[in-house]
Amino acid sequence: MIAAADRSGPVARLAERFERGLTSPICLTWELTYACNLACVHCLSSSGRRDPAELSTAECKQVIDTLQRMQVFYVNIGGGEPTVRRDFWELLDYATGHQVGVKFSTNGTRIDAAAARRLAASDYVDVQVSLDGATAEVNDAVRGVGAHQAAICAMQHLAAAGFTGFKLSVVVTRHNVSQLDELKALADTYGAQLRLTRLRPSGRGADTWHQLHPTAAQQRQLYDWLAARGEQVLTGDSFFHLAPYGGPLPGLGLCGAGRVVCLIDPVGDVYACPFTIHPEFLAGNVRQPGGFEQVWRDSPLFTRLRQPQSGGACTSCRFYGSCRGGCMAAKFFTGLPLDGPDPECAQGHGQAALRLAGPAAAPRPAVDHSHRGPLRARAAPGRRARTGPVPVIIGSRPSPASLPGSAAPPARPCDANPLAGFGSEASKDQHYVLDAAHTQRKG
Amino acid sequence: MSTDAPVSPRAGTPGSPAPGFDLDRPWRLDDRVAVRPEPFGALLYHFGTRRLSFLTDTTLLAVLRALGEHPTARSACMAAGIGDGALPAYQRALGTLARSQMIARRAGP
Repeated sequence: MIAAADRSGPVARLAERFERGLTSPICLTWELTYACNLACVHCLSSSGRRDPAELSTAECKQVIDTLQRMQVFYVNIGGGEPTVRRDFWELLDYATGHQVGVKFSTNGTRIDAAAARRLAASDYVDVQVSLDGATAEVNDAVRGVGAHQAAICAMQHLAAAGFTGFKLSVVVTRHNVSQLDELKALADTYGAQLRLTRLRPSGRGADTWHQLHPTAAQQRQLYDWLAARGEQVLTGDSFFHLAPYGGPLPGLGLCGAGRVVCLIDPVGDVYACPFTIHPEFLAGNVRQPGGFEQVWRDSPLFTRLRQPQSGGACTSCRFYGSCRGGCMAAKFFTGLPLDGPDPECAQGHGQAALRLAGPAAAPRPAVDHSHRGPLRARAAPGRRARTGPVPVIIGSRPSPASLPGSAAPPARPCDANPLAGFGSEASKDQHYVLDAAHTQRKG
Repeated sequence: MSTDAPVSPRAGTPGSPAPGFDLDRPWRLDDRVAVRPEPFGALLYHFGTRRLSFLTDTTLLAVLRALGEHPTARSACMAAGIGDGALPAYQRALGTLARSQMIARRAGP
Protein backbone atom coordinates (compact mmCIF):
# COMPACT_ATOMS: atom_id res chain seq x y z
CA MET A 1 0.00 0.00 0.00
CA ILE A 2 1.12 3.51 -0.72
CA ALA A 3 1.68 5.49 2.43
CA ALA A 4 -0.71 8.36 3.04
CA ALA A 5 1.30 11.41 2.26
CA ASP A 6 1.01 15.12 2.39
CA ARG A 7 1.47 16.82 -0.92
CA SER A 8 5.10 17.10 -1.71
CA GLY A 9 7.40 17.36 -4.69
CA PRO A 10 7.17 19.54 -7.77
CA VAL A 11 3.51 18.74 -8.55
CA ALA A 12 2.43 19.87 -5.10
CA ARG A 13 4.43 23.08 -5.24
CA LEU A 14 2.91 23.84 -8.59
CA ALA A 15 -0.58 23.11 -7.25
CA GLU A 16 0.02 25.72 -4.57
CA ARG A 17 0.83 28.25 -7.28
CA PHE A 18 -2.33 27.25 -9.11
CA GLU A 19 -4.43 27.92 -6.02
CA ARG A 20 -3.53 31.57 -6.53
CA GLY A 21 -4.99 31.50 -10.03
CA LEU A 22 -3.73 31.63 -13.58
CA THR A 23 -3.70 34.25 -16.33
CA SER A 24 -6.21 32.10 -18.22
CA PRO A 25 -8.02 28.90 -17.33
CA ILE A 26 -6.29 25.61 -18.10
CA CYS A 27 -9.56 23.85 -18.42
CA LEU A 28 -12.71 25.63 -19.39
CA THR A 29 -16.09 23.98 -19.67
CA TRP A 30 -18.57 25.60 -21.99
CA GLU A 31 -22.08 24.29 -22.02
CA LEU A 32 -23.44 25.34 -25.38
CA THR A 33 -27.09 24.65 -24.68
CA TYR A 34 -29.44 23.56 -21.95
CA ALA A 35 -31.38 21.63 -24.57
CA CYS A 36 -31.10 17.89 -24.35
CA ASN A 37 -32.84 14.96 -25.95
CA LEU A 38 -32.31 12.89 -22.81
CA ALA A 39 -33.33 13.55 -19.23
CA CYS A 40 -30.66 11.87 -17.07
CA VAL A 41 -31.69 11.80 -13.44
CA HIS A 42 -28.30 13.12 -12.26
CA CYS A 43 -27.81 15.88 -14.87
CA LEU A 44 -25.44 18.37 -13.25
CA SER A 45 -26.91 21.28 -15.22
CA SER A 46 -30.61 20.31 -14.95
CA SER A 47 -30.77 20.38 -18.73
CA GLY A 48 -33.73 19.70 -20.95
CA ARG A 49 -35.19 22.84 -22.53
CA ARG A 50 -33.28 25.38 -24.54
CA ASP A 51 -32.98 28.75 -22.84
CA PRO A 52 -34.38 31.50 -25.06
CA ALA A 53 -31.46 33.73 -24.05
CA GLU A 54 -28.89 31.20 -25.30
CA LEU A 55 -25.79 32.80 -26.87
CA SER A 56 -26.22 33.30 -30.61
CA THR A 57 -23.80 31.93 -33.17
CA ALA A 58 -22.14 35.34 -33.47
CA GLU A 59 -21.82 35.66 -29.69
CA CYS A 60 -20.32 32.18 -29.46
CA LYS A 61 -17.76 33.14 -32.09
CA GLN A 62 -16.86 36.23 -30.08
CA VAL A 63 -16.27 34.01 -27.06
CA ILE A 64 -14.02 31.78 -29.17
CA ASP A 65 -12.07 34.87 -30.33
CA THR A 66 -11.57 35.80 -26.68
CA LEU A 67 -10.42 32.29 -25.81
CA GLN A 68 -7.94 32.39 -28.66
CA ARG A 69 -6.57 35.72 -27.44
CA MET A 70 -6.32 34.37 -23.90
CA GLN A 71 -4.61 31.21 -25.18
CA VAL A 72 -7.15 28.87 -23.70
CA PHE A 73 -5.83 25.91 -25.60
CA TYR A 74 -8.98 23.89 -25.57
CA VAL A 75 -12.49 23.87 -24.21
CA ASN A 76 -14.66 21.08 -22.90
CA ILE A 77 -17.94 21.57 -24.66
CA GLY A 78 -21.03 20.12 -23.07
CA GLY A 79 -24.65 20.88 -22.41
CA GLY A 80 -27.34 19.72 -22.53
CA GLU A 81 -26.51 17.79 -25.61
CA PRO A 82 -24.29 20.19 -27.57
CA THR A 83 -24.92 18.52 -30.92
CA VAL A 84 -28.58 19.57 -30.90
CA ARG A 85 -27.51 23.14 -31.58
CA ARG A 86 -27.95 23.69 -35.30
CA ASP A 87 -24.67 25.63 -35.43
CA PHE A 88 -22.75 22.98 -33.49
CA TRP A 89 -20.53 21.93 -36.40
CA GLU A 90 -20.01 25.52 -37.48
CA LEU A 91 -18.82 26.44 -33.98
CA LEU A 92 -16.63 23.36 -33.81
CA ASP A 93 -14.93 24.34 -37.05
CA TYR A 94 -14.64 27.96 -35.95
CA ALA A 95 -12.95 27.00 -32.67
CA THR A 96 -10.49 24.56 -34.19
CA GLY A 97 -9.72 27.11 -36.90
CA HIS A 98 -8.82 29.61 -34.18
CA GLN A 99 -6.37 27.51 -32.14
CA VAL A 100 -8.99 26.48 -29.63
CA GLY A 101 -9.14 22.70 -29.46
CA VAL A 102 -12.44 21.11 -28.56
CA LYS A 103 -13.33 18.14 -26.48
CA PHE A 104 -17.04 17.70 -26.43
CA SER A 105 -19.30 15.47 -24.39
CA THR A 106 -22.19 13.75 -26.04
CA ASN A 107 -24.78 11.15 -25.25
CA GLY A 108 -23.96 9.67 -28.65
CA THR A 109 -27.44 9.86 -30.10
CA ARG A 110 -26.31 12.05 -32.98
CA ILE A 111 -22.94 10.50 -33.68
CA ASP A 112 -23.75 8.59 -36.84
CA ALA A 113 -21.22 7.22 -39.33
CA ALA A 114 -20.87 10.53 -41.16
CA ALA A 115 -20.40 12.54 -37.96
CA ALA A 116 -17.84 10.02 -36.75
CA ARG A 117 -15.84 10.33 -39.98
CA ARG A 118 -15.90 14.10 -39.72
CA LEU A 119 -14.67 13.98 -36.11
CA ALA A 120 -11.98 11.43 -36.88
CA ALA A 121 -10.55 13.73 -39.55
CA SER A 122 -9.60 16.49 -37.09
CA ASP A 123 -6.57 16.47 -34.81
CA TYR A 124 -8.10 19.24 -32.77
CA VAL A 125 -11.30 17.52 -31.74
CA ASP A 126 -11.77 14.96 -29.02
CA VAL A 127 -15.02 13.26 -28.13
CA GLN A 128 -16.35 12.02 -24.86
CA VAL A 129 -19.26 9.59 -25.01
CA SER A 130 -21.27 9.42 -21.81
CA LEU A 131 -22.31 6.04 -20.48
CA ASP A 132 -23.14 5.33 -16.85
CA GLY A 133 -23.34 1.57 -16.84
CA ALA A 134 -21.73 -1.35 -18.64
CA THR A 135 -25.18 -2.85 -19.10
CA ALA A 136 -28.36 -1.28 -20.44
CA GLU A 137 -30.07 -2.16 -17.19
CA VAL A 138 -27.71 -0.07 -15.06
CA ASN A 139 -27.16 2.73 -17.55
CA ASP A 140 -30.71 3.25 -18.72
CA ALA A 141 -32.04 3.45 -15.16
CA VAL A 142 -30.13 6.73 -14.94
CA ARG A 143 -29.90 7.97 -18.52
CA GLY A 144 -33.15 6.72 -20.02
CA VAL A 145 -34.29 3.77 -22.09
CA GLY A 146 -32.23 3.40 -25.24
CA ALA A 147 -29.35 5.55 -24.00
CA HIS A 148 -27.03 2.56 -23.62
CA GLN A 149 -27.61 1.43 -27.18
CA ALA A 150 -27.14 4.97 -28.48
CA ALA A 151 -23.76 5.30 -26.75
CA ILE A 152 -22.59 1.90 -27.97
CA CYS A 153 -23.61 2.78 -31.52
CA ALA A 154 -21.72 6.06 -31.31
CA MET A 155 -18.61 4.23 -30.15
CA GLN A 156 -18.95 1.70 -32.97
CA HIS A 157 -19.16 4.52 -35.47
CA LEU A 158 -16.15 6.32 -33.99
CA ALA A 159 -14.10 3.13 -33.97
CA ALA A 160 -15.14 2.30 -37.52
CA ALA A 161 -14.09 5.79 -38.61
CA GLY A 162 -10.64 5.18 -37.15
CA PHE A 163 -11.03 7.62 -34.25
CA THR A 164 -8.80 6.14 -31.57
CA GLY A 165 -8.40 7.43 -28.07
CA PHE A 166 -11.78 9.08 -27.73
CA LYS A 167 -13.14 8.97 -24.21
CA LEU A 168 -15.77 6.75 -22.68
CA SER A 169 -16.97 8.92 -19.84
CA VAL A 170 -18.63 7.36 -16.81
CA VAL A 171 -20.06 9.03 -13.74
CA VAL A 172 -19.40 6.56 -10.93
CA THR A 173 -22.53 5.56 -9.03
CA ARG A 174 -23.53 3.04 -6.41
CA HIS A 175 -24.84 0.82 -9.21
CA ASN A 176 -21.98 0.88 -11.70
CA VAL A 177 -19.03 0.87 -9.30
CA SER A 178 -19.06 -2.94 -9.48
CA GLN A 179 -18.76 -2.72 -13.29
CA LEU A 180 -15.46 -0.85 -13.53
CA ASP A 181 -13.65 -3.80 -15.11
CA GLU A 182 -16.43 -4.26 -17.65
CA LEU A 183 -16.44 -0.55 -18.45
CA LYS A 184 -12.67 -0.61 -18.95
CA ALA A 185 -13.05 -3.62 -21.23
CA LEU A 186 -15.79 -1.83 -23.15
CA ALA A 187 -13.56 1.20 -23.68
CA ASP A 188 -10.72 -1.09 -24.80
CA THR A 189 -13.03 -2.80 -27.30
CA TYR A 190 -13.57 0.46 -29.13
CA GLY A 191 -10.05 1.81 -28.79
CA ALA A 192 -11.31 4.41 -26.35
CA GLN A 193 -9.90 5.61 -23.06
CA LEU A 194 -11.99 5.21 -19.93
CA ARG A 195 -12.73 8.35 -17.96
CA LEU A 196 -14.36 8.08 -14.56
CA THR A 197 -15.74 11.10 -12.78
CA ARG A 198 -17.39 11.82 -9.52
CA LEU A 199 -21.16 12.08 -9.10
CA ARG A 200 -21.84 15.54 -7.71
CA PRO A 201 -25.05 16.62 -6.02
CA SER A 202 -25.41 19.39 -8.61
CA GLY A 203 -28.42 20.10 -10.82
CA ARG A 204 -30.85 17.19 -10.80
CA GLY A 205 -28.07 15.32 -9.02
CA ALA A 206 -29.15 17.18 -5.89
CA ASP A 207 -32.30 15.05 -5.91
CA THR A 208 -30.63 11.74 -6.66
CA TRP A 209 -27.19 12.01 -5.06
CA HIS A 210 -28.20 10.43 -1.77
CA GLN A 211 -29.48 7.34 -3.57
CA LEU A 212 -26.80 7.15 -6.25
CA HIS A 213 -23.47 8.18 -4.76
CA PRO A 214 -21.14 5.30 -3.89
CA THR A 215 -21.16 4.07 -0.31
CA ALA A 216 -18.09 4.51 1.88
CA ALA A 217 -17.02 0.92 1.20
CA GLN A 218 -17.47 1.50 -2.54
CA GLN A 219 -15.40 4.71 -2.39
CA ARG A 220 -12.56 2.68 -0.96
CA GLN A 221 -12.97 0.04 -3.67
CA LEU A 222 -12.99 2.79 -6.31
CA TYR A 223 -9.84 4.36 -4.88
CA ASP A 224 -7.97 1.06 -4.96
CA TRP A 225 -9.13 0.38 -8.50
CA LEU A 226 -7.98 3.81 -9.67
CA ALA A 227 -4.68 3.66 -7.78
CA ALA A 228 -3.88 0.34 -9.45
CA ARG A 229 -4.44 1.77 -12.92
CA GLY A 230 -2.59 5.07 -12.63
CA GLU A 231 -2.77 7.16 -15.78
CA GLN A 232 -4.51 4.48 -17.85
CA VAL A 233 -7.81 5.81 -16.60
CA LEU A 234 -8.67 9.51 -16.69
CA THR A 235 -10.53 11.13 -13.84
CA GLY A 236 -10.57 14.86 -14.56
CA ASP A 237 -8.91 15.13 -11.16
CA SER A 238 -12.34 14.51 -9.64
CA PHE A 239 -11.40 12.02 -6.92
CA PHE A 240 -8.73 14.00 -5.11
CA HIS A 241 -10.92 13.87 -2.00
CA LEU A 242 -10.10 10.14 -1.77
CA ALA A 243 -6.32 10.71 -1.45
CA PRO A 244 -6.36 9.96 2.30
CA TYR A 245 -7.07 6.29 1.45
CA GLY A 246 -3.49 5.88 0.30
CA GLY A 247 -1.87 8.88 -1.30
CA PRO A 248 -2.58 11.16 -4.23
CA LEU A 249 -4.04 9.87 -7.49
CA PRO A 250 -2.63 11.27 -10.76
CA GLY A 251 -3.58 14.91 -11.25
CA LEU A 252 -3.10 18.24 -9.58
CA GLY A 253 -5.08 17.26 -6.51
CA LEU A 254 -6.81 20.52 -5.89
CA CYS A 255 -10.18 22.19 -6.29
CA GLY A 256 -9.64 24.25 -9.41
CA ALA A 257 -12.85 26.27 -9.17
CA GLY A 258 -12.17 29.83 -10.31
CA ARG A 259 -8.45 29.11 -10.18
CA VAL A 260 -7.68 26.85 -13.12
CA VAL A 261 -11.20 25.96 -14.26
CA CYS A 262 -14.56 27.63 -14.75
CA LEU A 263 -17.81 27.21 -16.58
CA ILE A 264 -19.48 29.32 -19.25
CA ASP A 265 -23.15 28.35 -19.36
CA PRO A 266 -25.44 28.55 -22.42
CA VAL A 267 -26.58 32.11 -21.64
CA GLY A 268 -23.01 33.30 -21.06
CA ASP A 269 -23.03 33.19 -17.28
CA VAL A 270 -19.62 32.36 -15.86
CA TYR A 271 -19.56 30.07 -12.83
CA ALA A 272 -16.63 28.88 -10.75
CA CYS A 273 -16.86 25.33 -12.03
CA PRO A 274 -19.21 23.07 -14.01
CA PHE A 275 -20.80 21.81 -10.81
CA THR A 276 -21.70 25.15 -9.29
CA ILE A 277 -24.56 26.52 -11.36
CA HIS A 278 -25.96 28.69 -8.56
CA PRO A 279 -25.97 32.47 -7.93
CA GLU A 280 -23.53 31.92 -5.06
CA PHE A 281 -20.84 30.96 -7.59
CA LEU A 282 -21.76 33.28 -10.44
CA ALA A 283 -18.79 35.47 -11.35
CA GLY A 284 -20.26 37.43 -14.26
CA ASN A 285 -21.42 37.11 -17.86
CA VAL A 286 -19.52 37.05 -21.13
CA ARG A 287 -21.95 39.65 -22.53
CA GLN A 288 -20.89 42.30 -20.02
CA PRO A 289 -18.29 44.93 -21.00
CA GLY A 290 -14.85 43.37 -20.87
CA GLY A 291 -16.32 39.97 -21.67
CA PHE A 292 -15.02 36.68 -20.40
CA GLU A 293 -11.48 37.95 -20.05
CA GLN A 294 -12.44 40.52 -17.46
CA VAL A 295 -14.66 38.09 -15.57
CA TRP A 296 -11.83 35.58 -15.35
CA ARG A 297 -9.18 38.09 -14.31
CA ASP A 298 -11.08 40.56 -12.14
CA SER A 299 -14.37 39.21 -10.83
CA PRO A 300 -14.68 39.57 -7.05
CA LEU A 301 -15.75 35.93 -6.71
CA PHE A 302 -12.74 34.52 -8.53
CA THR A 303 -10.42 36.91 -6.72
CA ARG A 304 -11.79 35.59 -3.44
CA LEU A 305 -11.45 31.94 -4.49
CA ARG A 306 -7.79 32.57 -5.32
CA GLN A 307 -7.00 33.74 -1.82
CA PRO A 308 -5.77 31.25 0.76
CA GLN A 309 -8.73 29.20 1.96
CA SER A 310 -9.35 28.24 5.52
CA GLY A 311 -9.48 24.52 6.25
CA GLY A 312 -11.98 25.25 9.01
CA ALA A 313 -12.96 22.11 10.84
CA CYS A 314 -10.56 20.11 8.66
CA THR A 315 -7.41 22.01 9.59
CA SER A 316 -6.56 19.71 12.47
CA CYS A 317 -6.98 16.55 10.37
CA ARG A 318 -3.67 15.03 9.37
CA PHE A 319 -5.01 14.29 5.90
CA TYR A 320 -6.01 17.87 5.10
CA GLY A 321 -2.79 18.31 3.14
CA SER A 322 -3.82 15.57 0.72
CA CYS A 323 -7.56 16.10 0.27
CA ARG A 324 -7.68 19.89 0.83
CA GLY A 325 -11.20 19.52 2.22
CA GLY A 326 -12.58 18.04 -0.99
CA CYS A 327 -15.10 19.43 -3.45
CA MET A 328 -16.71 22.83 -2.91
CA ALA A 329 -19.78 21.95 -4.99
CA ALA A 330 -20.36 18.66 -3.18
CA LYS A 331 -20.31 20.49 0.14
CA PHE A 332 -22.46 23.38 -0.99
CA PHE A 333 -25.26 21.33 -2.53
CA THR A 334 -25.45 18.96 0.43
CA GLY A 335 -25.72 21.89 2.83
CA LEU A 336 -22.29 21.48 4.40
CA PRO A 337 -20.05 24.41 5.31
CA LEU A 338 -17.45 25.11 2.64
CA ASP A 339 -14.64 25.06 5.18
CA GLY A 340 -15.50 21.63 6.54
CA PRO A 341 -15.30 18.04 5.36
CA ASP A 342 -16.48 16.77 1.99
CA PRO A 343 -19.70 14.71 2.24
CA GLU A 344 -17.66 11.73 1.03
CA CYS A 345 -14.71 12.43 3.36
CA ALA A 346 -12.48 9.36 3.43
CA GLN A 347 -12.24 9.68 7.20
CA GLY A 348 -16.00 9.44 7.55
CA HIS A 349 -16.43 12.99 8.83
CA GLY A 350 -18.80 13.82 5.98
CA GLN A 351 -21.51 11.44 7.11
CA ALA A 352 -21.48 12.93 10.58
CA ALA A 353 -21.60 16.45 9.13
CA LEU A 354 -24.55 15.51 6.90
CA ARG A 355 -26.48 14.19 9.88
CA LEU A 356 -25.72 17.36 11.77
CA ALA A 357 -26.73 19.68 8.93
CA GLY A 358 -29.91 17.78 8.08
CA PRO A 359 -31.62 17.71 4.68
CA ALA A 360 -33.13 21.20 5.08
CA ALA A 361 -29.67 22.79 4.96
CA ALA A 362 -29.14 21.93 1.30
CA PRO A 363 -29.80 24.89 -1.04
CA ARG A 364 -32.07 24.25 -3.97
CA PRO A 365 -30.49 24.43 -7.40
CA ALA A 366 -31.46 27.84 -8.75
CA VAL A 367 -31.24 27.24 -12.49
CA ASP A 368 -33.48 24.52 -13.89
CA HIS A 369 -34.16 23.76 -17.55
CA SER A 370 -35.54 20.28 -16.99
CA HIS A 371 -38.26 19.06 -19.32
CA ARG A 372 -41.54 19.80 -17.62
CA GLY A 373 -43.08 16.44 -18.47
CA PRO A 374 -41.74 13.14 -19.68
CA LEU A 375 -39.92 13.33 -22.99
CA ARG A 376 -42.26 12.51 -25.82
CA ALA A 377 -41.16 9.78 -28.15
CA ARG A 378 -42.64 8.71 -31.41
CA ALA A 379 -45.54 6.33 -31.19
CA ALA A 380 -44.72 2.67 -31.03
CA PRO A 381 -44.78 0.91 -34.38
CA GLY A 382 -48.18 0.05 -35.68
CA ARG A 383 -49.95 2.53 -33.40
CA ARG A 384 -51.47 5.85 -34.18
CA ALA A 385 -49.53 8.94 -33.27
CA ARG A 386 -50.16 10.11 -29.76
CA THR A 387 -50.20 13.72 -28.86
CA GLY A 388 -49.84 13.27 -25.12
CA PRO A 389 -46.53 12.64 -23.41
CA VAL A 390 -45.16 9.13 -23.38
CA PRO A 391 -41.99 7.92 -21.68
CA VAL A 392 -38.92 8.49 -23.82
CA ILE A 393 -37.92 5.46 -25.81
CA ILE A 394 -34.93 5.80 -28.02
CA GLY A 395 -33.14 3.14 -29.91
CA SER A 396 -36.17 0.96 -30.54
CA ARG A 397 -36.66 0.76 -34.25
CA PRO A 398 -39.99 -0.10 -35.69
CA SER A 399 -39.99 -3.30 -37.68
CA PRO A 400 -39.39 -2.58 -41.36
CA ALA A 401 -42.78 -3.93 -42.32
CA SER A 402 -44.50 -1.32 -40.21
CA LEU A 403 -42.85 1.60 -41.99
CA PRO A 404 -44.30 2.34 -45.39
CA GLY A 405 -41.64 2.64 -48.04
CA SER A 406 -38.78 1.88 -45.70
CA ALA A 407 -35.64 0.23 -46.98
CA ALA A 408 -34.14 -3.07 -46.00
CA PRO A 409 -33.50 -3.56 -42.30
CA PRO A 410 -30.04 -2.59 -41.10
CA ALA A 411 -27.53 -5.38 -40.91
CA ARG A 412 -26.55 -4.26 -37.43
CA PRO A 413 -28.45 -2.07 -34.98
CA CYS A 414 -25.94 0.71 -35.53
CA ASP A 415 -26.36 0.90 -39.26
CA ALA A 416 -29.19 3.24 -38.51
CA ASN A 417 -29.25 6.15 -36.16
CA PRO A 418 -31.24 5.01 -33.15
CA LEU A 419 -32.95 8.38 -33.26
CA ALA A 420 -33.58 8.28 -36.99
CA GLY A 421 -36.56 10.40 -37.78
CA PHE A 422 -36.28 12.47 -34.62
CA GLY A 423 -33.25 14.58 -35.29
CA SER A 424 -34.18 17.37 -37.62
CA GLU A 425 -37.52 17.98 -36.01
CA ALA A 426 -36.09 17.96 -32.54
CA SER A 427 -33.49 20.55 -33.42
CA LYS A 428 -36.12 22.96 -34.65
CA ASP A 429 -38.27 22.56 -31.63
CA GLN A 430 -37.49 25.10 -29.00
CA HIS A 431 -38.13 22.62 -26.27
CA TYR A 432 -36.43 19.69 -27.95
CA VAL A 433 -39.12 17.25 -27.08
CA LEU A 434 -39.16 14.31 -29.37
CA ASP A 435 -42.38 15.10 -31.03
CA ALA A 436 -44.52 12.14 -31.94
CA ALA A 437 -46.74 14.05 -34.35
CA HIS A 438 -43.80 15.36 -36.40
CA THR A 439 -42.20 12.00 -36.92
CA GLN A 440 -45.48 10.37 -37.79
CA ARG A 441 -46.15 12.95 -40.47
CA LYS A 442 -42.73 12.36 -41.88
CA GLY A 443 -43.36 8.62 -42.19
CA MET B 1 -6.23 16.44 -21.23
CA SER B 2 -3.13 14.81 -19.86
CA THR B 3 -0.68 16.69 -17.78
CA ASP B 4 2.96 15.91 -17.31
CA ALA B 5 4.98 16.56 -14.20
CA PRO B 6 6.35 20.09 -14.25
CA VAL B 7 9.47 20.44 -16.33
CA SER B 8 12.25 22.20 -14.55
CA PRO B 9 16.01 21.82 -14.46
CA ARG B 10 15.58 21.63 -10.68
CA ALA B 11 13.35 18.56 -10.93
CA GLY B 12 16.12 16.15 -11.90
CA THR B 13 18.34 14.37 -9.42
CA PRO B 14 21.49 16.44 -8.92
CA GLY B 15 24.52 14.73 -10.26
CA SER B 16 22.58 12.06 -12.15
CA PRO B 17 23.83 11.49 -15.68
CA ALA B 18 21.94 13.42 -18.34
CA PRO B 19 19.97 11.13 -20.67
CA GLY B 20 20.71 11.16 -24.35
CA PHE B 21 19.48 14.53 -25.50
CA ASP B 22 21.74 15.73 -28.27
CA LEU B 23 22.69 19.31 -27.42
CA ASP B 24 24.68 19.66 -30.59
CA ARG B 25 21.77 19.31 -32.99
CA PRO B 26 19.33 21.96 -34.15
CA TRP B 27 15.98 21.80 -32.36
CA ARG B 28 12.76 23.75 -32.42
CA LEU B 29 9.49 23.97 -30.62
CA ASP B 30 7.03 21.61 -32.31
CA ASP B 31 4.71 23.41 -34.74
CA ARG B 32 1.65 22.18 -32.85
CA VAL B 33 2.84 23.53 -29.50
CA ALA B 34 1.57 26.76 -28.01
CA VAL B 35 3.33 28.58 -25.16
CA ARG B 36 1.38 30.60 -22.61
CA PRO B 37 3.26 32.73 -20.08
CA GLU B 38 2.04 32.38 -16.50
CA PRO B 39 3.23 33.88 -13.20
CA PHE B 40 5.01 30.61 -12.31
CA GLY B 41 6.67 30.24 -15.73
CA ALA B 42 4.67 28.96 -18.69
CA LEU B 43 2.25 26.37 -19.93
CA LEU B 44 3.03 24.37 -23.02
CA TYR B 45 0.19 22.70 -24.85
CA HIS B 46 0.58 20.24 -27.70
CA PHE B 47 -2.48 20.27 -29.94
CA GLY B 48 -1.60 16.90 -31.42
CA THR B 49 -0.93 14.86 -28.31
CA ARG B 50 -3.26 17.05 -26.19
CA ARG B 51 -0.69 17.03 -23.45
CA LEU B 52 -0.01 19.95 -21.20
CA SER B 53 3.37 20.66 -19.65
CA PHE B 54 4.23 23.19 -17.01
CA LEU B 55 7.51 25.04 -17.17
CA THR B 56 8.59 26.42 -13.84
CA ASP B 57 11.90 27.90 -14.90
CA THR B 58 12.07 31.15 -16.83
CA THR B 59 15.55 30.41 -18.18
CA LEU B 60 14.26 27.19 -19.71
CA LEU B 61 11.43 29.19 -21.22
CA ALA B 62 13.97 31.57 -22.78
CA VAL B 63 15.85 28.59 -24.23
CA LEU B 64 12.66 27.20 -25.77
CA ARG B 65 11.70 30.50 -27.31
CA ALA B 66 15.14 30.89 -28.88
CA LEU B 67 15.67 27.24 -29.83
CA GLY B 68 14.56 27.62 -33.44
CA GLU B 69 16.97 30.45 -34.13
CA HIS B 70 20.12 28.74 -32.94
CA PRO B 71 22.23 26.23 -34.84
CA THR B 72 22.28 23.93 -31.81
CA ALA B 73 20.48 23.52 -28.51
CA ARG B 74 23.80 24.10 -26.78
CA SER B 75 24.11 27.51 -28.39
CA ALA B 76 20.55 28.41 -27.32
CA CYS B 77 21.45 27.43 -23.74
CA MET B 78 24.62 29.51 -23.80
CA ALA B 79 22.74 32.51 -25.18
CA ALA B 80 20.33 32.18 -22.24
CA GLY B 81 23.29 32.46 -19.88
CA ILE B 82 23.45 28.80 -18.80
CA GLY B 83 26.96 27.91 -17.68
CA ASP B 84 28.69 24.56 -17.97
CA GLY B 85 27.77 23.61 -14.40
CA ALA B 86 24.05 24.00 -14.99
CA LEU B 87 24.02 22.58 -18.50
CA PRO B 88 23.37 18.90 -17.59
CA ALA B 89 20.21 19.89 -15.71
CA TYR B 90 18.92 21.80 -18.73
CA GLN B 91 19.91 18.94 -20.98
CA ARG B 92 17.73 16.64 -18.86
CA ALA B 93 14.81 19.08 -19.01
CA LEU B 94 15.12 19.38 -22.79
CA GLY B 95 15.25 15.60 -23.01
CA THR B 96 11.95 15.42 -21.13
CA LEU B 97 10.40 17.90 -23.54
CA ALA B 98 11.73 15.96 -26.53
CA ARG B 99 10.25 12.71 -25.23
CA SER B 100 6.84 14.33 -24.88
CA GLN B 101 7.21 15.76 -28.42
CA MET B 102 7.08 19.37 -27.23
CA ILE B 103 10.34 20.02 -29.05
CA ALA B 104 11.45 18.38 -32.27
CA ARG B 105 14.63 17.96 -34.29
CA ARG B 106 14.99 20.47 -37.04
CA ALA B 107 16.72 19.79 -40.32
CA GLY B 108 20.19 21.26 -40.33
CA PRO B 109 23.85 20.49 -39.85
